[in-house]
Formats: sequence, C-alpha cells, structure tokens
Amino acid sequence: MSEKQPAVTQATLVKKAAPKSDYKPADVSPQRRVQRTFAVRLWSIRHSRLLEWFYSRFADVFLLLHPLWKGIGYGRVEAPVKFVEKRVKGFMFDCRMCGQCILSSTGMSCPMNCPKQLRNGPCGGVRANGNCEVEPDMPCVWVKAWEGSRNMVHGDNILKVQKPVDQSLRETSAWLRVTAQAAAARETAQKAQNTGASA
Amino acid sequence: MTVRQRDENPAGIHLPLDPLPGHTSRGRLERVLRRGEFAVTTELNPPDSADPEDVYNRAKIFDGWVDAINAVDASGANCHMSSVGICALLTRMGYAPIMQIACRDKNRIAIQGDVLGGAAMGVANMLCLTGDGVQAGDQPGAKPVFDLDSMSLLETIRIMRDNGKFLSGRKLTTPPQVFLGAAVNPFAPPYDFRPIHLGKKIAAGAQFVQTQYCFDVPMFKTFMRSARDLGHTEKVFILCGVGPLASAKTAKWIRSNVPGIHIPDAVIKRLEGAQDQKKEGKQLCIDIINEVKEIPGVAGVHVMAYRQEEYVAEIVDESGVLKGRQPWKREIRRDDQIVAERLDHILHDEITETQVDMVKTAH
Repeated sequence: MSEKQPAVTQATLVKKAAPKSDYKPADVSPQRRVQRTFAVRLWSIRHSRLLEWFYSRFADVFLLLHPLWKGIGYGRVEAPVKFVEKRVKGFMFDCRMCGQCILSSTGMSCPMNCPKQLRNGPCGGVRANGNCEVEPDMPCVWVKAWEGSRNMVHGDNILKVQKPVDQSLRETSAWLRVTAQAAAARETAQKAQNTGASA
Repeated sequence: MTVRQRDENPAGIHLPLDPLPGHTSRGRLERVLRRGEFAVTTELNPPDSADPEDVYNRAKIFDGWVDAINAVDASGANCHMSSVGICALLTRMGYAPIMQIACRDKNRIAIQGDVLGGAAMGVANMLCLTGDGVQAGDQPGAKPVFDLDSMSLLETIRIMRDNGKFLSGRKLTTPPQVFLGAAVNPFAPPYDFRPIHLGKKIAAGAQFVQTQYCFDVPMFKTFMRSARDLGHTEKVFILCGVGPLASAKTAKWIRSNVPGIHIPDAVIKRLEGAQDQKKEGKQLCIDIINEVKEIPGVAGVHVMAYRQEEYVAEIVDESGVLKGRQPWKREIRRDDQIVAERLDHILHDEITETQVDMVKTAH
C-alpha cells in the first residue's frame, strides 16, 4: 500500500482514447464538480451527539407549532420552510433534498452524498484509507456515518434496514412531513386512549 | 444406463427439483448447503458475443466440480452478455446458475421484472449486489441508476417471494422461489461495522453470502469470529471468495485499480519470489482454501478465476474440499444415449455406398 501505483484503469484508457481538445472538465463526477471541501459536513459528523440532541428539541418545537402550520395550511408553508430547510441542511450536511431525511439513523452523515446513494451501509469498494471508490478525494459517507453513529445516544438506529428512496418526495420538506406524521400519530393515540377510557 | 444423479429432476435436467420442507428454492445449491456439504461455486466469464456456444463452452470446464455458477451482471461496469441471458442459456442445459443483479443499471421496475423472468426460467439462486460505479468500467459516461441498494433489493425479492407481492403491494399470481444471496467485503473499511452490516443483510433476506477475494486469512478470521459472536453463521451460509493470481504484476495492478480488493504485501512477495508465478498463484489459492475451510462457519468457497477458468477444476481437486463428492454434472440424456448407442456404428463402419450399390440392394 505504501508505494504509489500509477492509476491505469479501464476508465483512464477510455478517456485517453477519447478525442483530444483543450477543454478539460474537472476529473470528478458532475455532482462533485460544484464542491471540493467537506469541512462542514465532517464537523457535523464529529458533533453528531450535539446535533442529535438539538434535532430532537427542534422536532418538538416543530410539533408544538403544528396548530400554526395547520392554521396556515401545510401546503402554503411548504415553500418557505423548504427554502430554509434546503439552505440550512445544505450548509450543514450537504443535503440533497431527498425529502425523507434519515440523518438521525446515519450518524448525521447524509447518505445521499454517496455516489451510489446507498442508504443501508457501505459498498464493498471503500478504499483502504476510508475514501470513496468513485470520488477518491471524498471520505466514504458510510465510514463517517459509522463513526458518527457511535457518538450518538440512539446510534443503533443505523441497524434499521431502510426502504428504497421514494423519488416522488424529492425537493419536499422532510421537516414538515415528519411533523405532520407525528401529529397524526399523536391524534390517533389520543383517540385510542379516549375510546379506551369511555369503554 | 446412466444412474440418475443426486439433485436432478427425473423428468428433465432443466426442470426444478421437488420442493423440500424448509427450503425456499427448488435449486441444487440450497440442497447442498442445507445438507451441510462444503459447497463450491464459481464465476462464468461472460462472453462479448451473441453465440450461445461461447457460454456453453465456458460452462463446460466447470462440469462436475462446482455446485453453482455465478452469471455476472456487467461486473466492473464493463459491458458483456447480460446475466439474464446467460441464466436463460444455462438453465436450459440443467446448470444451476446464480443470477447476479446489480443495482447500477436497472431501476426497481426492471429489476422486479427480471426477478420474475429469471425465476420462471428456472433460476433458483439470486445474488443481490450494489454494483461497481460506472467510473470503473469501459463506459464511464453511462448514467448510474442505483435506484435500490443491495439491502433494499434483498428485501424487495424477499417480499416478492414470501409475501407474493411487488414492492408496490400489487399481488403476484405465482411468487418466485429463490435462494437469496448477498455479497460481503470483510476487507474494506469500516472493518468493525462489516459484521454488523452482514447482520443487516441477513435481516433484509440474505440466505447465503459470497465474500470478496480473500488474500488476508487473519483478517477474514477476525471477521468470522465477530460474525460467529453475533450469531450470523447460524442464519446464513458464508462462502469465502478465493482465486488464483496470475502473477505479482497482476496482483499489483488489481490492488491499485480494482476497488475493494485487499492484497497484503506478503502475498506479492511470495509471488515475486516464485520461479513459476502462475503456478505459485494457484498454489497460494489452494493454501488459502485449506486454511479457510477449517474456520468454523464457512460453508463453502466461491472460486473466482477470471481468465484462468481452466484452473478451477484443478484448484478444487487439489484442495480436496469436495471430500470425494461429485457435484452435479451435465450428462447426455438417457434417450439420446440410447439413440447414440444404436446408431454409433454409422460413424465407425466403413460403408462406401455408390448409387449402383444402392440400386442393387433395393431389388
């Protein structure tokens, strides 16, 4: 591992055979071309325990505001909330707005940043230095997720098998969806309790 | 008369076997593993051609040495004959293919369709993979799909089989009966998460797993120890991936270019020191098999001899992992054999018939 090997992959050969021109785009995937640093994302993973605590308080606040959201109408608050959510989570976690956030189950490392968008664990191609197979300069999202999850109180959520991404939820607010679902669950629980008490 | 082989349908070699209690598939591999025999699987190098003979010739060299053949799905993101196509050809001839499904090229609609199609053709084993990234292959400009990942793919097929439903909840009239496999790589970080990750795959539906190439036996032992401690070895059959290295140069190339394969320096030193590097590579593979088969919880080996397929039989033979057992072997059908016996003389008799002779015999 110590000595550096010249990287002659099949892809390199294909690229070499391609017609020559002066225009050379950055040698990374289109997704990565816009971004070269992972400092904030890695900070979030290092402080996953703090963020986990903050996130659960934040979810409670959002749930408290449920009557407000309902009053204005979830459909109407969607746009401004999504605007804020996209920017905040985009800064903190390099969020890709899949609309079904599972950060708390993945050690605060956004799995949608994985070039294969794996939501259930690392692939077999992780480099020996813990970097990604596809993006050699990027630390593997799942190596970091495992590290982050070990710091968290409910870190074992990483063991849950996640359902495939629902692509129809892309670019929607996960915060509002979770709040609405929690509120609905709370109401059904209350109803069940009431009927149980009256019976 | 040929004696009917074990694990063969008397009505025809291409037909599924009788269902057994506790078995989810009607294939040979599951029977071998559940009987507690040490299984051997291998990989068929997919041809870049449209000729079925290419597939049959490549399968023939494994005859009588392996229990199942992996039909790879564009491995390394390089274009080849599709795994569905290879499976269609192999099942016709009675082979037991393991249909690999990679999530790179197909979305959930195509994959679920292929699962039904494959099962209908008689594919009894399916291996769920994430797949290499497109950057690794000969067409780096392709669109990576990755709609499902290996875990959700396992769960999807398990739901289709056990609940008789598509992912959408729509009902299937006949669910596919398959033995579900997954891949694990104990040789890539995060090392301490890998055994737990295997547990996740078992929860998602994996019944057998094939590992990445094992060249570092101590590392594999550590992995197996934690897998045993977590109780995984009782729930899943682990087949250790092994293979011969052609030379020290190839080993170095693989190490720096193929993602996820870990080759320790000691292995490369051993190859470099050898007179005949190819022979030493084969011997190294046999040595690793002999070490690995003693590890508790290892149910078999998966021999990947890319472009050295002719060595598979030798490796299996010399390592003695089969313990005298002969896996199913393709033989001529009984009726064909009777015809062949009766008409065999045509090939050997020296009959030179002229038209004059024919006229004479006609009268």
